[in-house]
Amino acid sequence: MPSLDDLKKRITSVKSTQKITKAMKMVATAKLRKAQENAEKGRPYSEKMNNIILNLSNGVADKDNSSKLLVGTGKDETHLCVVLTADRGLCGGFNTNIIKKAKSHFEDIKKKGKNLKIITVGMKGYDQLKRNYENQIIKKITFKESKNINYFDAEKVGKFVLDKFENQEFDICYIFYNQFKNVMTQIPQKQKIIPLQKENTEETNEEENINYEFEPDEDEILNNLLPKNISTQIFKAMLENSASEQGSRMTAMDNATRNAGELVDKLSIEYNRSRQASITKELIEIISGAESL
Amino acid sequence: MSEEFKVEIVNPEKSFFSDDNVSEVIIPAFEGEMGILKDHISIISFLKPGVIRILSKNLEEKFYVEDGIVEFKDNHLSVLTSSIFNLKNADKVEIDKSIRDAEKILKNSELDDNKKFIIEQKIESLKSISLS
Repeated sequence: MPSLDDLKKRITSVKSTQKITKAMKMVATAKLRKAQENAEKGRPYSEKMNNIILNLSNGVADKDNSSKLLVGTGKDETHLCVVLTADRGLCGGFNTNIIKKAKSHFEDIKKKGKNLKIITVGMKGYDQLKRNYENQIIKKITFKESKNINYFDAEKVGKFVLDKFENQEFDICYIFYNQFKNVMTQIPQKQKIIPLQKENTEETNEEENINYEFEPDEDEILNNLLPKNISTQIFKAMLENSASEQGSRMTAMDNATRNAGELVDKLSIEYNRSRQASITKELIEIISGAESL
Repeated sequence: MSEEFKVEIVNPEKSFFSDDNVSEVIIPAFEGEMGILKDHISIISFLKPGVIRILSKNLEEKFYVEDGIVEFKDNHLSVLTSSIFNLKNADKVEIDKSIRDAEKILKNSELDDNKKFIIEQKIESLKSISLS
């Protein structure tokens, strides 16, 4: 049975933890709104980019000679995985979910006997993956310094990936990130960016097949566009990720605050009970002492 | 007047500029400047460094872009670009600095003709901005 003092100490410590989680929740809420806004603002760009590429790639007649970024190298030997995580922890299952998804993919690749290369973006991803995949991680990138997610950062990652591709260091590239659905739900995503994955769900309406004039020709535009699309996709993933991170943190901190509240209630009851018990005990002692006189 | 169409400029972070009623847009397409009016044929092209001019009934907007893609479809012009600023907010010091940077790149490295051409274009258009 803990003494009254112990209980009192525990109550204060839980209360101060609660204060911290509450503050973190509020910060996350404020950041979430901004991140969500950014993610929404960023959507038109990547959507339009996708549309144009879709239109273009439909128009390409000679598939064999088109860019390797579109059709792939024809091999399936080395896989590059870009795992996007947060730089900070305390955001519930956010990082773990991505890592879990990525790990199951890594195991698949290993089973098939293919080579695996990993790029981690964000500190947490590196921390969790280095234990098992230290040798496969070819680069870790973190944007801890930059306050907001900007395109410039995404471009750096994109350039790095493209350089590696041009040196033929890998054949297929995947990115892993969390897609923001709403505050409660974030869905870990695996997206193939090299070669470009066409969305199969695209219903081919008639109006999609407009005959465009191209200037210069399709191939040249496509060659110019595809590298940009890599950075754009990474940027989109980063935006989605940051919104998801804040959402996830908000929920996690909300839960933590509630749990702390429950714990405080429980401890207070225990505290009051044992206080009452000691008073009763003292009274009994006094009474029985008086009776024996 | 029905000679107007819609233009939208998007950069990765947000929708940068949008106007429903413009009469003409002049874009620095890769193979030369291109003026787009209403009912232009559907076209996709990409940009070289230069100035986009947007003309509407009573105002004219000018933007400097470094690269990007344009798509024109159903009287809707979309410009996707990652580097853009409005000439009104141009900072002369900044421009001069990027001219110097670009010139350095041009001198130092061996570039293929395509990249060389783009950087030369960049210097040229930045210089004309800085003079005006």
